[in-house]
Amino acid sequence: MKGDAMIAIAVQGLAKRFGEVLAVADVSFEVRQGELFGFLGPNGAGKTTTINMLTGLARPDSGAIRIAGIDCASNPKAAQGLIGVVPDESNLYPELAGFENLCFCAALYGVRKKEREARAHELLETFGLAEAGNRKFAGYSRGMKRKLTIAAGIMHHPKILFLDEPTTGIDVASARQIRQLLAGLNKQGTTIFLTTHYIEEAERLCERIAFIVQGRVVRIDTVANLIEPVKEKHVMLLSVSNSMPEMQEKLTSAFPRLAFQSISDGQIRVESEEPIGVGPLVRFLEDLGVEVAEARRHRPSLEDIFVRITGIEAGAMKKEKEKAGGGA
Amino acid sequence: MKGWTAFWNILLKDMRTYYLKPPNISWGLIFPLAWTGMFFIKSGSGLESVLSLLPGVVAISVLFGTTSMLAVTVTFEKKGRSFDRLLLAPIPLELLMLAKTAGAILFGVANAFVPIILALFLADLSHVAWAAVVPAVALIAGTSTFLGLFIAVSVSEIFEAQTFSNFFRFPMIFLCGLFFPIDRLPVFLRPLSYLLPLTYGADILHGAFNARNTLSVSLDFVVLSVFCIFLFAWSLRNIKRKWIL
Repeated sequence: MKGDAMIAIAVQGLAKRFGEVLAVADVSFEVRQGELFGFLGPNGAGKTTTINMLTGLARPDSGAIRIAGIDCASNPKAAQGLIGVVPDESNLYPELAGFENLCFCAALYGVRKKEREARAHELLETFGLAEAGNRKFAGYSRGMKRKLTIAAGIMHHPKILFLDEPTTGIDVASARQIRQLLAGLNKQGTTIFLTTHYIEEAERLCERIAFIVQGRVVRIDTVANLIEPVKEKHVMLLSVSNSMPEMQEKLTSAFPRLAFQSISDGQIRVESEEPIGVGPLVRFLEDLGVEVAEARRHRPSLEDIFVRITGIEAGAMKKEKEKAGGGA
Repeated sequence: MKGWTAFWNILLKDMRTYYLKPPNISWGLIFPLAWTGMFFIKSGSGLESVLSLLPGVVAISVLFGTTSMLAVTVTFEKKGRSFDRLLLAPIPLELLMLAKTAGAILFGVANAFVPIILALFLADLSHVAWAAVVPAVALIAGTSTFLGLFIAVSVSEIFEAQTFSNFFRFPMIFLCGLFFPIDRLPVFLRPLSYLLPLTYGADILHGAFNARNTLSVSLDFVVLSVFCIFLFAWSLRNIKRKWIL
């Protein structure tokens, strides 16, 4: 592993098996100091298992992890002193107030009383929780719980912050605020390792992204490089109220320069190197007896690349996760 | 120093958060007092029996108090995943688990003094060898706590922890010489008594309160200490194996 001084997280050949299930298989990557690195994948892809191994909550079957140059196998506690962890569940203490929770979490890292109280007040203010600081954590809303859990993760000024699905199941305003806070933390020099299933979140926040599917990293690159192949493409999504047999073949022979793909029931994706005219397409479909309910231009994004590489529908992944998280 | 900051704060939090939880009150305080009341009435010998019952009552108060407390502090936090926060902290696992169990040990010691304080009003305790009682209570609390830890690491629900604890606790009431001398037990049960740590703790207390110990006090202390170290080490091994997957 080259340039170790600049590498915050170095992972080589990481593997983990739970009984018959191979949860993580031969995962290798490096995260540079000060980088905001995204780890993207569907449920059960191995994201949380990877984070657990990186943070010392799980033991790899094979492979090596170095955190800021420290070998986690031989000196896990030294590595844990440098990191902050925000788990996928808001797991603070329900009986303690927000302020007490923050102080307790900092005490676990040996932060002195005066310092941790000042830091707790500062973070409660930053996260908009100052008024709820003396209320028990059990009475917080989901968004407040998430924010306090993130605050708890950074109480001791960690050099590297691991966040597992930080915005899952919370309202849009809270999610936006959390993204802004993460971007701010990263600007101040904190290395961030973020797992998420919100592709647009990863696209907006991360410099580099790794796609993980069935325990294997299938692609790692910068967001700019990942989007490059689809950047110049023109995409249109058609919603049709009824479809007919051989519709796709008929469309392809009538518009040979366009690529058609039926992406779900009643949804057709049209892709082209040139701008797509809506009128001829809609008229052609109506002549076939197909009613077009909606035609909208789509800006090619990381989601298209994710779908192309993993073969997994991003929308389906998001819905599945939100159903599990029970959030909005 | 950083480790001790964490230790102290874990201990304080557990004491503030869990000491007054219902399972601790019911199993740790009410149950031993009710049990004692039953024996007291059953003995029919009035206030003279207080002193002979006291060692047993002290021992079960400690046993039930510590094991109940552990079932709550460890099992509850493991279930809610807040225990992961402790495992992520940069402090050695040994120190972390000592912090987690220290609250239960102190709770057990406090429980022991509830019947002792009550007995002060009912009987003459001037002859009691307190120099033996205090370390004995501390060692019984330590051993029972680590037994509770061993149980807490083996289960995932609080009710399972309480049920599994009773699997050990109830036989101990009868087998450890708390209220019935071991030599009055059926011969085939006696070896079992000497496999249980509370037998040695109760023996020290019988000696200290009534000069009726059957084993050497030093042997009792040594065996109790060995149980303490063994149960703590075994629990740590299980935590590493089961919780850091």
